[in-house]
Amino acid sequence: MQAGDTMTDVEPRQGAPRKTEVPLTDTAVLSAKPLLHIEDVSLFYGPKQALFNIDLEVREHSVMSLIGPSGCGKSTLLRCINRMNDLIPNVRIQGSVKVGDDDIYDPAVDVINLRKRMGMVFQKSNPFPKSIYENVAYGLRIQGVKDRAVLDEAVERSLIASGLWDEVKDRLKESGLGLSGGQQQRLCIARAMAVRPEVLLMDEPCSALDPLATSRIEELIFELKRDYTIVIVTHNMQQAARVSDFTAFFWMGKLIETGLTEMLFTNPRVRMTEDYISGRFG
Amino acid sequence: MMNVREWWRRGSALIWFSGATLGFSLLMILGLVGYIGAKGLGFFWPGAIVASTTAQGPILGEITGQEADKIQFHVGNRDLFGQDYRWVPRAELGPLSTPADAVVVERLEYGPFIGRIRSLEKDGQVLPGDPMETLRRLRPAALAMSRHIRDLDKVEIGGLNRKMEDLRLEMKARPGLEARMAALKARYDAAEARLEVLRAQAASVTVTLEAADGQTKTLPLASVVRLVPSNALGVAGKMGAYLSRLWEFVADDPRESNTEGGIFPAIFGTVMMVLLMSVLVVPLGVLAALYMREYARQGLLLRTLRIAVNNLAGVPSIVFGVFGLGFFVYFVGGGIDRLFFAEKLPAPTFGTGGILWAALTLALLTVPVVIVATEEALAAVPRSQREASLALGATRWQTLWNVVIPGAMPGILTGLILAMARGAGEVAPLMLTGVVKLAPSMPLDGTFPFLHLDRKFMHLGFHIYDVGFQSPNSEAAKPMVFMTALLLLLVVVVLNLFALRLRSRLRARMGGGAF
Ligand SMILES: Nc1ncnc2c1ncn2[C@@H]1O[C@H](COP(=O)(O)OP(=O)(O)O)[C@@H](O)[C@H]1O
Ligand SMILES: [Mg+2]
Repeated sequence: MQAGDTMTDVEPRQGAPRKTEVPLTDTAVLSAKPLLHIEDVSLFYGPKQALFNIDLEVREHSVMSLIGPSGCGKSTLLRCINRMNDLIPNVRIQGSVKVGDDDIYDPAVDVINLRKRMGMVFQKSNPFPKSIYENVAYGLRIQGVKDRAVLDEAVERSLIASGLWDEVKDRLKESGLGLSGGQQQRLCIARAMAVRPEVLLMDEPCSALDPLATSRIEELIFELKRDYTIVIVTHNMQQAARVSDFTAFFWMGKLIETGLTEMLFTNPRVRMTEDYISGRFG
Repeated sequence: MMNVREWWRRGSALIWFSGATLGFSLLMILGLVGYIGAKGLGFFWPGAIVASTTAQGPILGEITGQEADKIQFHVGNRDLFGQDYRWVPRAELGPLSTPADAVVVERLEYGPFIGRIRSLEKDGQVLPGDPMETLRRLRPAALAMSRHIRDLDKVEIGGLNRKMEDLRLEMKARPGLEARMAALKARYDAAEARLEVLRAQAASVTVTLEAADGQTKTLPLASVVRLVPSNALGVAGKMGAYLSRLWEFVADDPRESNTEGGIFPAIFGTVMMVLLMSVLVVPLGVLAALYMREYARQGLLLRTLRIAVNNLAGVPSIVFGVFGLGFFVYFVGGGIDRLFFAEKLPAPTFGTGGILWAALTLALLTVPVVIVATEEALAAVPRSQREASLALGATRWQTLWNVVIPGAMPGILTGLILAMARGAGEVAPLMLTGVVKLAPSMPLDGTFPFLHLDRKFMHLGFHIYDVGFQSPNSEAAKPMVFMTALLLLLVVVVLNLFALRLRSRLRARMGGGAF
């Protein structure tokens, strides 16, 4: 009798970690057209060259992961795509980066506008010391959106998309800094998505998270690629294998090899790549 | 020997030494506050009124000091005896007693009268019955009357006076206002006449007091502020008198060139000046720090500027006072007068000391503190938050306004707290820029435009100096000095607590301990 009662109360557990075996590629990404074109990009921090003649294409609605040992220039390349490197004094960039047909380093390009199209998620979660609601609404507010209904809709949509809605919907007024590490990172993803960017740039978004939170974010990435083109930097090769369609391997500021993740991990063409993914150096 | 060396090496000595130093500092602060508190707060407690005899005749008063060979009495009756306090050699003193009918009569003039009540009179006719009883019965009416007279004098007649003054100035500019002037004059005269009647009425009920030596003094009942028959009072009664005196001190205007009555205008002036200074110093300091930290090119010039700002904090405050007088009062204020208040010249409006100039001078004095604190707070806002904002497409200015400044707010408030603590205690620059011994009206009141930034004001710090060093009756003023000092401390503490609370609320809203 007692047992029968409890049986009816038990519901299937929600949000328990699913060990998804992500199918490596679906055929759609192979036919997708390229969105980002990185052509012959070199970058100098003062006298020091950090990137050497990089050529890379990222297709629409695909996930591209950038891997390589620390200091090889992955973040630097990522920050070229939304021109965050502009903020660092004495940086010099050669080559071109195009989104569709627009060269983003064209002097006529509005950097502010560009950054709205390129959402960015950072290595260390960095919510503002504001409420959860205001964190997500921030991007719209600085665009001058005041309509409460529009803001509410965007906050809800973004939090649902980042899988945080159910956890925070009753405490949107509380500070974003009160969330756990994984929740904070998903809040940052929601914040980036609220302005409806075309591309999401993620710089080691899971490096500070525990395995459970990491797997939640990985699932999220898999869902997000329906709507976004994603470039993710990771030092975790399993992660690259799990979430991305394409992978690019960097070493000392040079692009060594790029291709379908499946191929790169099972059948690398370059010896150095093989050594790296098999853990022989790095 | 080895042990001591080991003890020294492990750093225990340093821990003990620093702990002891901290304890010593705390002890000094507690001692200071305790000393001031004891000296000041004890003053209002009704002490026993002691009667005795001396070589010069009988004596009646509160014992206020004792030495090996003499005793100090507070005998009051300045108008009869010439001095409030008297030292009597113990050898001359007869036996002490505490007569139940002795009273301390606090009155509007000449300080307290200590003696006995002999009789009450109406229109010179002695009223029958026990004088103490009669006095108790008649006093409420007399008090109401004196309040009424004060209101009529201050509010109504004062208001009419101001209106007539304004109109007189207007008439200079354009004629044809004589009728209005006449109407005002008529109202003024009527009010004056009413006041005369009331005064006469109030003066008709009198009380005759008798001092220890038999001299008598007759004064209107309306001028009796408080009656304290200490010897006949129980603890509750004494407590009542104590609280009533304390309240008068905190909430009333001063009397008798500040040695009697309250210090409310000084409290009010201090608080208002500090608030005004805060309102001025925060934007000034924050904008300067923003420019130095966020926009200016970091280099030799900026480093020099920083050193200059830091040194500004070390300039003696009187120098700021001189600057405030020369620049704000004479130059800026004089200019404003010539431009906007030309019809009142040569009587200055802004071209003389006032609360605005005093607050500005203090803002200048304390701005380095705010600049330094703000710069540190700005630097402490994490780079990652700025980047997050910029990556969302915010401009540099939007990032500053929405992320950096809110993030630095607790630090800015720390700067403000330090500035307030410094500003509230300054006296020297105020003496040159707007503080007065006795201000006829407050800088904030019910007459348009309510906030009178040109008015002179009273200040607790200056009050201490004035009562303590400029008073003709320094012995009587001593407790006032301690009480005023205590209140000044209290005002500073309250203002600081207010800012601290603001800061902790801000921090809580930002997600607790993020700073
Ligand atoms: N702001 C900077 N100024 C100068 N050098 C930098 C700066 N940021 C990165 N670098 C250098 O550029 C190289 C690539 O850095 P980064 O892109 O951060 O590597 P990764 O993200 O792959 O670890 C490193 O050698 C690093 O020291
Ligand atoms: Mg990196």
